[in-house]
Amino acid sequence: MNSAPPNQNQQGVRVQVKGLRKSFNGQEVLKGLDFEVRPGEIFVIMGPSGSGKTVLLKHLIGLEEPDQGEILIEGQPIQSPEVMAKYRMAMVFQSGALLNSLTVGENVGLYLSEHRLKSPEEIERIVTDSLEVVGLKGSEDKMPSELSGGMKKRAAIARALVIEPQLILYDEPTSELDPLSAVVIGEEILHLQQRIHVTSLVVSHDRDLAFGIADRIAVINEGRIVAIGTPAEVRTNADPVIQRFLHAEFRPESLNSQKPRP
Amino acid sequence: MFQNIGEMVMLFWRTLLALPLAWRHRQKVFDQFFEIGNASLLMVCILSFFIGGVIALQTGPLLVERSLSSAVGGVVGISICKELAPVMMSILIAGRIGSAMAAEIGSMRVYQEIDALRTMNISPIHYLVLPRLTAIAVALPLLVTFAVLVGWLGGATVCMANNRIDITFGAFFADLRNIVQIKDVANGVFKSFMFAMVIGVVSCHQGLITRGGPRGIGRSVTKAVVNSIVLIVIFDYVLTRVLLS
Repeated sequence: MNSAPPNQNQQGVRVQVKGLRKSFNGQEVLKGLDFEVRPGEIFVIMGPSGSGKTVLLKHLIGLEEPDQGEILIEGQPIQSPEVMAKYRMAMVFQSGALLNSLTVGENVGLYLSEHRLKSPEEIERIVTDSLEVVGLKGSEDKMPSELSGGMKKRAAIARALVIEPQLILYDEPTSELDPLSAVVIGEEILHLQQRIHVTSLVVSHDRDLAFGIADRIAVINEGRIVAIGTPAEVRTNADPVIQRFLHAEFRPESLNSQKPRP
Repeated sequence: MFQNIGEMVMLFWRTLLALPLAWRHRQKVFDQFFEIGNASLLMVCILSFFIGGVIALQTGPLLVERSLSSAVGGVVGISICKELAPVMMSILIAGRIGSAMAAEIGSMRVYQEIDALRTMNISPIHYLVLPRLTAIAVALPLLVTFAVLVGWLGGATVCMANNRIDITFGAFFADLRNIVQIKDVANGVFKSFMFAMVIGVVSCHQGLITRGGPRGIGRSVTKAVVNSIVLIVIFDYVLTRVLLS
């Protein structure tokens, strides 16, 4: 949510969420969230569908305003114009949210071209480089409708890369992807964090991804954080909600045992 | 309803404030301008030719029977340039272009493309509303000017071809020139400029407040067209009253 030129403040930022509450039509979705994301770490927020993960993410990028509580970026409220001017943030949407009327290349270079931060030739070079990083070299002239789900997500990551963000938010980055594509996306998130030391906040209910890439994990359920810690700490947490979520799996034999016998 | 009116006024005001950026977005303005002209020119021609013809057919025989054949050109000319061309063309554009604007922006809203723009600190007003409003504000008055000329041509053709009227091309336009002044045409063009603002603001606003999935987009499109037409008719009365005084 900023137009600060890239190549400044290359370190990831600290994010603090304090007493965050949000209701829609009288229904409380976020019920007082408190946590901190350290600079440069990969922080994964897990939880079942409808637990408030995406709403939380929208607050963290400034798309929603909290009813109560605050979100601080390096100690400053996210709504303050200083934060917008000083820190660069990007979000990778669940659907990719590429602009369907633009080509992949135009989508990826949109931030630079709209803010006129680089010359057209430089933008073209940066777009090519960014697409190469995510394995989409040569896709510049394709329309988003020509891409598969996984390719759209990688293009969305390339679009975020161009911003050279200090905070990057991923909304369900592996949903609707086959296991191989999900691994590629997980690797991209790790590479990015290692390459530009960006603070990464990932919302997902993909257990393999979360335990594979996270420095720390928070588990959210019905608008509250029920556990927070390293992957090992979360795995050994005795809370029945967490254990049920972590060990839920499809067991055909349990279905067979419930079938009425002839 | 009052909330919507307030939001539309705010949207219009913010777009006006962003007007200095229109040159920067000139490519998008030109694309929209081409879209509006390309999509509507043929329809404008057909519609205005037949409107001119119908007015001539309705009024011509009555006036000729009363020995007022010299008034036919003036009646057809005035009614087309001051009223029928601006209102009918604006309604046509509301249906064709207003619906397209609401649908495009609405689907961008539903599929989070507008959220994506905001996360990149790109204002949807600058990126989406400004080019559309600028383009329609230029295109609709031009289309109406064109419609006026074609409408007159339609009227003249019917006057010449119909036995009960039987006025030549030359006589029709000579009578028209005697009665219709340049300010009458300017009056209609000014009205169409105001209607363009109405269509642009209403349609973009409906797109931006779209909620839900495809059904929400459909609802927004319907509302954009219906609200535009209702406001065009209301504005038409108000503007006519103001311009007559």
